[in-house]
Amino acid sequence: MRFVDEFRDPALASALVKEIGAIAARLERGRDKPFAIMEVCGGHTHAIFRYGLEGLLPDLVEFVHGPGCPVCVLPMGRVDDCVAIAERPEVIFTTFGDAMRVPGSKKSLLQAKADGADVRMVYSPLDALALARRNPERQVVFFGLGFETTMPSTALTVQRALREGMTNFSLFCNHITIIPTLRALLEQEDFGIDGFIGPGHVSMVIGTAPYRFIAEEFHRPLVVAGFEPIDLLQSLLMVLRQIEVGDARIENQYARVVPEHGNPAALKAVCEVYEPRETFEWRGLGSIAGSGVRLTAPYAAFDAEKKFAVPDVKVADPSSCRCGEVLTGAVKPWACPEFGTSCTPETPLGALMVSSEGSCAAYYQYGGMRGEAA
Amino acid sequence: MCLGIPGQIVAVADAEAMLCVVDVSGVRRTVDVVCVTEPGAPLEDLVGAWVLVHVGFAMSRIDEEEASATLKVLAEIGEAAAEMEALTQGSVELLSTPR
Amino acid sequence: MTLPFTTPAAAAPSRRRPMTQKTVTLAHGGGGSAMRDLIDDVFLSAFSGEGRAAPEDQARFDLAALMAHGDRLAFTTDGFVVDPLFFPGGDIGKLAVCGTVNDLAVGGAKPVALSCALIIEEGLEVETLRRVAASMAATAQAAGVAIVTGDTKVVARGACDKLFITTTGIGVVRAGLEVGITRARPGDKVIVNGLLGDHGAAILNARGDLALETTIESDCAPLNGLIDALIAAAPGIRMMRDATRGGIAAVVNELAEASAVGVRLDELSLPMRPEVMGFCEILGLDPLYLANEGKILAVVPAEEADAAIAALAAHPFGRGAAVIGEVTSARPGRVVMRTRFGGERIVDMLVGDQLPRIC
Repeated sequence: MRFVDEFRDPALASALVKEIGAIAARLERGRDKPFAIMEVCGGHTHAIFRYGLEGLLPDLVEFVHGPGCPVCVLPMGRVDDCVAIAERPEVIFTTFGDAMRVPGSKKSLLQAKADGADVRMVYSPLDALALARRNPERQVVFFGLGFETTMPSTALTVQRALREGMTNFSLFCNHITIIPTLRALLEQEDFGIDGFIGPGHVSMVIGTAPYRFIAEEFHRPLVVAGFEPIDLLQSLLMVLRQIEVGDARIENQYARVVPEHGNPAALKAVCEVYEPRETFEWRGLGSIAGSGVRLTAPYAAFDAEKKFAVPDVKVADPSSCRCGEVLTGAVKPWACPEFGTSCTPETPLGALMVSSEGSCAAYYQYGGMRGEAA
Repeated sequence: MCLGIPGQIVAVADAEAMLCVVDVSGVRRTVDVVCVTEPGAPLEDLVGAWVLVHVGFAMSRIDEEEASATLKVLAEIGEAAAEMEALTQGSVELLSTPR
Repeated sequence: MTLPFTTPAAAAPSRRRPMTQKTVTLAHGGGGSAMRDLIDDVFLSAFSGEGRAAPEDQARFDLAALMAHGDRLAFTTDGFVVDPLFFPGGDIGKLAVCGTVNDLAVGGAKPVALSCALIIEEGLEVETLRRVAASMAATAQAAGVAIVTGDTKVVARGACDKLFITTTGIGVVRAGLEVGITRARPGDKVIVNGLLGDHGAAILNARGDLALETTIESDCAPLNGLIDALIAAAPGIRMMRDATRGGIAAVVNELAEASAVGVRLDELSLPMRPEVMGFCEILGLDPLYLANEGKILAVVPAEEADAAIAALAAHPFGRGAAVIGEVTSARPGRVVMRTRFGGERIVDMLVGDQLPRIC
């Protein structure tokens, strides 16, 4: 595949690994703990595990798997709201496959489907809209989920629905934005992250400017990275090179896809359709100001929260979960007493076991149990 | 977060609705191209272009020059590593050569 | 070839009447003449030929004739539900015959005869049933097995999804051949007979919900002929399994656990069609977990691996055969894959179905 295979070249990987090793060797003097580099995006976490990149790194460098998995950080109360909407007889509830298994306090969408709700997996919000056109007597609700990458797709879909004058399509908006969450993380005391691998596909929408505060206020380097293994290794090398010379800049390794200023057409649609919520709850992290969006007044008719009264009940995570600490890199998944015992991908207790992008699920699936990680 | 995959636009599906057909390794899908179209430019101009596809939307035109530039940097790192290797091996041989 | 079961004597003048209704109704399951017409006209006419069952409630086998093929009886059953019933590369009928033939063959058995039981949802078009029956007959003939007995039931609309088929098969295991999931030993090679993931991708796509266009076809095929060739080339063969639901990942994990060995797969050696890779990239799927219906995973002693691959590759259903890994003594019960970078990752079984993802 073009623009894929070139970035999966084993020879290049081994050269990058050597170079990373060389920097690590130079940095080693006077260092008693590894450099913690957080990949913000769950897609990166997935790639790191899928390609076994952790095993290639020197001891002095470790990836910390950040909060960028929209499925993992979806609070249980919102899943309960989804189930409540989906169980209405007039509703066809459409969702990306990822969200099907996320547990609510009573059931997941998969269980709701088994209990008789009309829940359908789609690849694109456009497919949900097409379903609404084909079923004028039913209410089709799309479960809007994801970061800035996905927001333009649902915004443009809602705009299509408005243009077509559709009355049986709506969006249950759970979109979240990554920037306020990064700031919240950085403002934590003893936040032990030395640098960031930035989310490539979020950045193709928002550009690289929104990350500047990370370098300017918090003096950490961030490199926006692509999703192939070579992209990740090169980005890690770029972060380490900055650390070596004491730099903290925003760099763009993924320039083939990420324009410095993002995508104007996508941003325009997002700004027309969405506005920030005062606050939004993240599973494992709690409420973060300005981190969620909802539909703006002109699109209120497409807001499933307005169309269907949702229970909107807050449900607390089990108190034994240490997801928050895993998310911030303070502990590794296997340090949590629930990991692999009462919390497994089959019966997830905590946010990070929910989706294959969550670091606990990734360790469990790809790394095995308790520190057996390959 | 945010699975995206490169594909090549191979046809215009519906110009009015801003939909084109993208090919990913022989798998085809109709995608929305609003985000990768220059305002006013005919959609036919997109045919042949490589785009990054996310949930049925072309979200970015892949910049072939930037891709080559990145690969060039990578190739240089590769060459440097190879030289370093040769050098290290050379010095090992030197050390082990009996005098 | 003489078949090891009794063939009917010349039948009395037939009272068979062709089906005139276009759809199946509950009457066709009622035990009366409507049912008999359905069975006669749709099924018996398709499954006719040498070895066709007498109109008895059971097929009868001559034991001495069976024993000429080996020294143990193999017996298996499998239920088939698939949506849609017809998909690129196959249909539920072909699937139902291949699935049971392959389940027999991977045990080292020569498949002999099948039964088939059909649960039909009322309202199904008779023409659909005819197509399925024709497909079963053609596949059985290709596999050299006979469909010797069967049953049909009709259920009310909504009580099943169009058509469910259960096939049960018997076969005879070659004398002296011992294959089994506990028999893998460190040093053995793990092989497959071709491109992986075609069936899973074809079915997911055929449902149409994803609005993708591909030319991917199911690999559904009866593999008993291929397996004959494999056993002849690698007489020390340890085990075979068809890599259906759960993909090769499931089979390799079962094997590692049952034999208490480690298995090390090599990502670069996994044979895969570019379209299947593209399909997986778009939907965020892992091809290791995609179902196959014409692929076996086999473990052979290292010294027989070359001969095994050569024998597979010479067969039409084994063109893409490859060694994909080896059995090790490290980490018993675990499957590790060497990624294309020399990294390693554990390949576990899936918890549930693999769902397309956006993340």
